[in-house]
Amino acid sequence: MESKSYSAIGETLYSETLPNGLRLRIVPKPGFRSRYAVFAANYGGAHRRFFLDGQPMETPAGVAHYLEHKMFDLPGGDNALDVLSANGADPNAFTASGITCYYFQCTEHFEENLRLLLHFVSTPYFTEETVRKEQGIIAQEIQMGEDSPGSAVYHTLLRQLYAAHPIRDKVVGTLESIQEITAQTLYDCHKVFYAPGNMCLCVEGDVNPEEIARIARETLGEGGESLPRADFGPEESPLPVEKLHRQQMDVSAPQFLIGAKLSPPGAGEAILRERLVSSLALRLLVGASSDFYNRLYASGLLNRDFDAEVDFSAGTGTLLIGGESPDPEAVLRELVEELRRVEEQGLDPQRFERAKRASLGARLRGLEDFESVCIALAESLFEGCCALESTELLQSVTKAECEDFLCRELREEKLALSIIEPRRA
Amino acid sequence: MELTRTEILPGVWLNALHTEKFKTACLSLSLLTQLTRETASLNALIPYVLRRGTTRYPDMEALSARMDELYGAAVEPVVRRIGEIQCVGFYASIPEGDFLPGGKGVLHEVCELLGNLLLSPATRGGLLLPQYVDSEKEKMLEAIRSRVNDKRSYALMRCVEEMCCYEDFAVGRLGSESECENINYKKLTRQYHSLLQQSPVEIFYCGRATEREVRACLRDALITLPRGEIDYEIGTDLRMNALEDAPRFQEETLDVNQGQLCIGWRLGECMEEPDLASLLVFNAVLGAGTTSKLFQNVREKLQLCYFAGSLVDVHKGLLLVSAGIDFDKLDPARDEIFAQLEAMKRGEISAEELTAAKAGIASDLRAMTDSQGELEGFLLSQTLDGLDYGPLELAALVEDVTAEEVSAIARSTECDQIYFLRGSDEEETEEQEQDGE
Repeated sequence: MESKSYSAIGETLYSETLPNGLRLRIVPKPGFRSRYAVFAANYGGAHRRFFLDGQPMETPAGVAHYLEHKMFDLPGGDNALDVLSANGADPNAFTASGITCYYFQCTEHFEENLRLLLHFVSTPYFTEETVRKEQGIIAQEIQMGEDSPGSAVYHTLLRQLYAAHPIRDKVVGTLESIQEITAQTLYDCHKVFYAPGNMCLCVEGDVNPEEIARIARETLGEGGESLPRADFGPEESPLPVEKLHRQQMDVSAPQFLIGAKLSPPGAGEAILRERLVSSLALRLLVGASSDFYNRLYASGLLNRDFDAEVDFSAGTGTLLIGGESPDPEAVLRELVEELRRVEEQGLDPQRFERAKRASLGARLRGLEDFESVCIALAESLFEGCCALESTELLQSVTKAECEDFLCRELREEKLALSIIEPRRA
Repeated sequence: MELTRTEILPGVWLNALHTEKFKTACLSLSLLTQLTRETASLNALIPYVLRRGTTRYPDMEALSARMDELYGAAVEPVVRRIGEIQCVGFYASIPEGDFLPGGKGVLHEVCELLGNLLLSPATRGGLLLPQYVDSEKEKMLEAIRSRVNDKRSYALMRCVEEMCCYEDFAVGRLGSESECENINYKKLTRQYHSLLQQSPVEIFYCGRATEREVRACLRDALITLPRGEIDYEIGTDLRMNALEDAPRFQEETLDVNQGQLCIGWRLGECMEEPDLASLLVFNAVLGAGTTSKLFQNVREKLQLCYFAGSLVDVHKGLLLVSAGIDFDKLDPARDEIFAQLEAMKRGEISAEELTAAKAGIASDLRAMTDSQGELEGFLLSQTLDGLDYGPLELAALVEDVTAEEVSAIARSTECDQIYFLRGSDEEETEEQEQDGE
């Protein structure tokens, strides 16, 4: 097993690829009581069309998420969630556009729980009856999402931005699309996407890396399956489909999200660097100490419910700047104005150095949480890089890179605005 | 990890946990005061106004720039309600020097900034600046109104409001819209001074610095804290019984696709000598986590909802159950929730249910020692309850809880309020049309 030490952040990472193709990433944390493991598949809501051995395949919206719900059923009628919970573990799972994660956190019986995690995720067991039964629960989940203004403003924005990329469809699918899903659909998708070569296991806590590798070798199959190649559709134009969309809900004040499609990120270190550059650039443009945020906060256009991020997933990069405002269109105008200033005058060197310091502090804080470390490791692994390299790489990010990002990726014509307005009586 | 508790200034207590485990330290300061309808918004507004500017850093941009310099050491306002005690103050997260260039920490600077925020606000003629007060007041009004946006927590809040309509607990941590609207800068300045003079102060530190170092930094930073007669007579009024013989029912209509059912009980006589360990196990058996009765029956067996869970307020003595359901499932969902509680009253708690509930809670409590944020919240709550044991001791107590103790809590409960949030039929059709686009 390979180990690499990151002395600046005081962590050591152990890595190995098993003969069956499964990749392991382990961060030992002596002195901590919690242990956390995530077993992740390079498969999410956006992987609806793919090629397997050269053959194109197509699946209904919502399959990856439906599969995640049904994976917990064990042959014999037990449910893996119950077994893990009864063992004192705190298990759960989620499906995003580009990844599916099964995980648990526990303080006792870690190895037993890990065996169970690997076992249930690699053992598909579905019947038409259990699959049909799940429809009601997922339908409720879909409806719950529809009552959430945050979810509505986000999904509308994605549809405004993307013309064809499957990221524009909700990961949970629709009430109609989930009716097309059968036990056979789930078996097929499991076989293709849950092959060990398409998955990884990331663990953090007071654990022995060799022991984890041994358990994984003993629990999982031999592998050797051919791996799928995702088809995310034709290349998207850099411009949004619809610049502005309004809708009404029972909310107290207008909610908004400004977005842009970014150039498709590269792979490996390029994407890690793009993540760092974009997040530092956004901190400088609209972060807590930016002139923009403070001016709009003081004038009443923004409040503390304001956030900006870049989301990279399923081969896309999406800018998201949003919050609550009495006048979202004015916020967009101010943002465009601010971007023009950056283009003309560049970023302030002093502010740039301060933002880098703040960013270092934020990264250290992020390292305290096992869950976010393990999930970042899994995501970055599927992208061909390693999230733990970020802190060191941050030091080399330049002001010019941040300026270039803002001027290149956030041009006015690329920006779209999604608004939820309070329902008029 | 060793916890020490020292009075560093009159009525100012430092709870310090020395540990090398983390890469950032945490430091929080809470002023404790009685939650009342009249003062809740005033008190809640204070840290937000203070965070707008100080004598040294006159506006938010200057403050944020200073925090960036200190490696993003965020000092942010925190307002909590623990029972009927309102806790207002700041929470700071401080990168440890060992991971910073040059290896030098910023604890001293952060304490200084905290003292500056608390004691030296930007003022004119001795009064808090009206433009800051008005601006933060508007934002707090927005925050109070925005509670409707998250339908699940809105339903919980409305249930508690109805259930505790004669108690101060109903006003919530930010107070009410009407009280907030009445705030002006003169009133707020008066409240600010009396809060500083009268409130007991709880400080929590967890990190690599020794208690002595932290104490020295804080004494320097807080030395000008004006102290008067400190009001230790703060606490929570417990009501053991429901207001009426039968549970009250309240229904509201909003533009929603999913109904939100929320039911509230008084925990009753078990609150005379509350046993925290049994209360936690009781809640876990009923409705926390996937092995709970509500998850297994209301969701898994009867498929009535996507979520169904319970929570217990151990300070106020309340049990709350919430479930997201279809509008036409109110009766079966409510009946099943009651049936599950009735089963617990009869002692129908299987060995598996009890073991899973205890294992889950004990594990969460042990894991708490790995999270500063959770430790901080836990220890503040323990301090307010006059309890001196930590999460590991509580985990051991949880292991000893019996089915009979859990059942006794179920028997002690009294249902007080049922609240249901539903959509109107007309709006339902409209939403479906939108879906089809």
